[in-house]
Amino acid sequence: MFEKTLAELAQGLASGEFSSVELTRSYLDRIKTEDGALNSFITVTETEALAQAEAADQRRSAGEAGTFTGLPIAHKDIFCTQGVRTSCGSRMLDSFVSPYNATVIENFNTAGAVSLGKTNMDEFAMGSSNESSFYGPARNPWNNDCVPGGSSGGSAAAVAGRLAPAATGTDTGGSIRQPAALCGITGLKPTYGRVSRYGMIAYASSLDQGGPMARTAEDNAMMLNVMAGFDPKDSTSIDKAVPDYTLALNDSLKGLKIGLPKEFFSGEIDPQITTQVQNAIREFEALGATVKEISLPNTQLAIPAYYIIAPAEASSNLSRFDGVRYGHRCEEPTDLEDMYKRSRGEGFGEEVKRRIMVGTYALSEGFYDAYYKKALQIRRLIQQDYVNALSEVDIIMGPTTPHPAFKLGEKSSDPIAMYMEDIFTISLNLAGMPGMSIPCGFANGLPVGLQLIGNYFAEERLLNASHQFQQATDWHKQAPTS
Amino acid sequence: MEWEAVIGLEIHAQLATKSKIFSGASTAFGAEPNTQACAVDLALPGTLPVFNAEALRMAVMFGVAIEADIGHTSVFDRKNYFYPDLPKGYQTSQLFHPIVGIGHIDIELEGGSTKRIGVTLAHLEEDAGKSLHEEFPSMTGIDLNRAGTPLLEIVSEPDMRSAEEAVAYVKKIHAIVTNLGICDGNMAEGSFRCDCNVSVRPKGEEKLGNRTESKNINSFRFIEKAIKGEIIRQIDLIEDGHTITQETRLYDANKDETRSMRSKEEANDYRYFPCPDLLPIVIDDDYVEQIRNCLPELPDARKARFIEQFKLGDYDAMVLSAYRELGGFFETTANTAGDAKLAANWVMGELSKHLNQHDTDITVSPVTAEMLGGLLLRIKDNTITGKIAKQVFEAMWAGEGNADEVIEAKGLKQVTDTGAIESLVDEVISDNQPQVDQYVNAEPDKRGKMIGFFMGKVMQASQGKANPGQVQGLLKQKLDALAN
Repeated sequence: MFEKTLAELAQGLASGEFSSVELTRSYLDRIKTEDGALNSFITVTETEALAQAEAADQRRSAGEAGTFTGLPIAHKDIFCTQGVRTSCGSRMLDSFVSPYNATVIENFNTAGAVSLGKTNMDEFAMGSSNESSFYGPARNPWNNDCVPGGSSGGSAAAVAGRLAPAATGTDTGGSIRQPAALCGITGLKPTYGRVSRYGMIAYASSLDQGGPMARTAEDNAMMLNVMAGFDPKDSTSIDKAVPDYTLALNDSLKGLKIGLPKEFFSGEIDPQITTQVQNAIREFEALGATVKEISLPNTQLAIPAYYIIAPAEASSNLSRFDGVRYGHRCEEPTDLEDMYKRSRGEGFGEEVKRRIMVGTYALSEGFYDAYYKKALQIRRLIQQDYVNALSEVDIIMGPTTPHPAFKLGEKSSDPIAMYMEDIFTISLNLAGMPGMSIPCGFANGLPVGLQLIGNYFAEERLLNASHQFQQATDWHKQAPTS
Repeated sequence: MEWEAVIGLEIHAQLATKSKIFSGASTAFGAEPNTQACAVDLALPGTLPVFNAEALRMAVMFGVAIEADIGHTSVFDRKNYFYPDLPKGYQTSQLFHPIVGIGHIDIELEGGSTKRIGVTLAHLEEDAGKSLHEEFPSMTGIDLNRAGTPLLEIVSEPDMRSAEEAVAYVKKIHAIVTNLGICDGNMAEGSFRCDCNVSVRPKGEEKLGNRTESKNINSFRFIEKAIKGEIIRQIDLIEDGHTITQETRLYDANKDETRSMRSKEEANDYRYFPCPDLLPIVIDDDYVEQIRNCLPELPDARKARFIEQFKLGDYDAMVLSAYRELGGFFETTANTAGDAKLAANWVMGELSKHLNQHDTDITVSPVTAEMLGGLLLRIKDNTITGKIAKQVFEAMWAGEGNADEVIEAKGLKQVTDTGAIESLVDEVISDNQPQVDQYVNAEPDKRGKMIGFFMGKVMQASQGKANPGQVQGLLKQKLDALAN
């Protein structure tokens, strides 16, 4: 059962092979036995999940079931969930029980999905290894000594470890694609504005985007069908019709133009990754695609620009965590300043503090033009790179990450080395376009991710290309031995 | 040495939208603490702002009214600072691209001349909540009902040179925003408040002196007093050889003085940057034109019309055009009564007195414009005297009905029956022989004044109901007959 995809589970529910309660129960049991090693969940909502499953079964027997009715999934603990602790991986929100649902959660509830619980993540989505979580790092199911990636590391580990058939994630600089690559699953960062950010705790508002994580492109399409759409509560969400993302999955790839940015195949990159990615591209050629080399000349500027813009926004977004209305408040504050300093000092971890400090500095009087404004200019250049490239080709491909999963602790003392792991994913958030990571092989027994990048609102095309690749290969079917 | 003050003002006008600038919560004043603060106002994790288009419309109305440049693209910025009643840890405001750009208004100076005052800009922002320090011993209460209320901050050029000019400017802005209906103008509730930037320099000097800012002054009188006091304080300091520290000061109305709040060195670095949760507001010309075409009459135009149409004096016209509701009330009263001068006197006199005494807004006055007009009609057709009219007004204020009902119920109808008045006159003449003798023996040109005594007696005897004109005529006729 745990090897079944979301699509297959939907069939099983529809045919009456099993009920949602049975399915949910099995996953809950598996989480109990397996998650001790993976630490992929922060909160398992057993009671709520079983109630939702029961309601789903009733809907089905009343003949009112939709595609998603009764399917169990997990949510990154960044999505506010009514009545459930929503921690964002932080001590700051360890006691925060959300009084409302994020739009994404609401959409899944409406679709009849069952939520197994809330997955582990880097604190406030700041990290590439899940090591900054207050709840301890999630671990990579392929090798428990390795990180699952981040910040949606818990979601990736849960899906790869077969503790959930699919999960939600968020991607600010690669936080869906990088852990998907490191855990050997399929993840999609949609176009900025495609999925509502309402109720998704903000890290860097102009970059954050929620998206699906599952084992196949088809499952991603099913998830995105539920997640995508205009939300009047999010001014940056885009009022554009949402297609049924499953409809174009089987389109032929004949004539698909693939661009390979030379900047993604040079420099500090594991040669085994390059090999696996090149093999995957040959597979696409076999499916009828043509390939050409392109250039994204400003790629090397992406990390410095990102590490100004994201921390600047974060420094402001995280100001609301002040110990006044909710969240962590220090014991016995002597005065207001003491309350602020200790509540925030105790509530935030090291990486969050680092980014607040960096962002505060970058926005300071006298530095704004040199840092923030300059970073915005670079952002426009990077965006233009992608616009230019995607006027020549349909999909840009390359590695998702320069290395496979690294060991826990290996990079945690070197923030810059950690930041460099996002080199291939970060620029896309600055441009706002959609990107996917799909499994395309192994390096030293650890999964390798192929990144696919499309133009604004080209999610259908990315899912179509990924699905066709997954029809021809079985990398996405490989399971870690537990 | 002769000194010159340089004054610039920042006015915060609370916009009269029903809901908040970035959330759906109500903006009504006076509710139980924290009952009008939704998830967005509380800055719960994950919440996002959605801009209230009504606030935009009101800001553009103001811009059109002061003939300002309207920014085609306007952007919200975050002003970052920590305070317990600022839930997000930043105020959503506008720094780089305000909605309303350079505009101007004209103020009237003593002696009838006018002066043009520049308006640098007006931008939209959200209000903070309130910290309550008194109610909870050793703690601070936070009320977030006000958090997110839309404010239009109107920044003037440093064009004013005296407290009087500053007050004239504030009154004019007040008249504009209330006439536009975009602000209720209630200064006591904080819907309209003013920060005063004041500096002094030797007359003829170009360079500006160091300025101080006195914050959140909420009455015209306090603005005048605070500025006057600050000018004197600064001149005294400089003349004693001190320099003025650039600082923020707080006006204490009880002590009638300003005191230092924080100096520039302690000032926050607000780390302004464009709010990534809100899209830039794009304002097209059609939108502005549409608003221009629907703009209600502005105070200057209304004042001119009152002078032209109703032949009012300059002062009366200015007072009556200062508030939309007041002007409307006056017009209805004047049209009902068919006498503008009488209507102006009663609106500015008896009505305003009652509104002030009872702290009542004109929109909820128990005496409506139609009722007041009806009362004035009865004065004009001699049904009642002016004196009795005040009595009728009191009764109407107390809810005893309209003028005709009160006159009827209380029997206040004026006595115009010549026979009845004549007998009262005869009675008074025979009861006051010494005064009659004085009258008879006085020089004819002194008698006019002396008749007042007899008038009073007759009016008293008639309980104010006798027609004064008739009484006067009969008295003169009969007394003069005795004299000759």
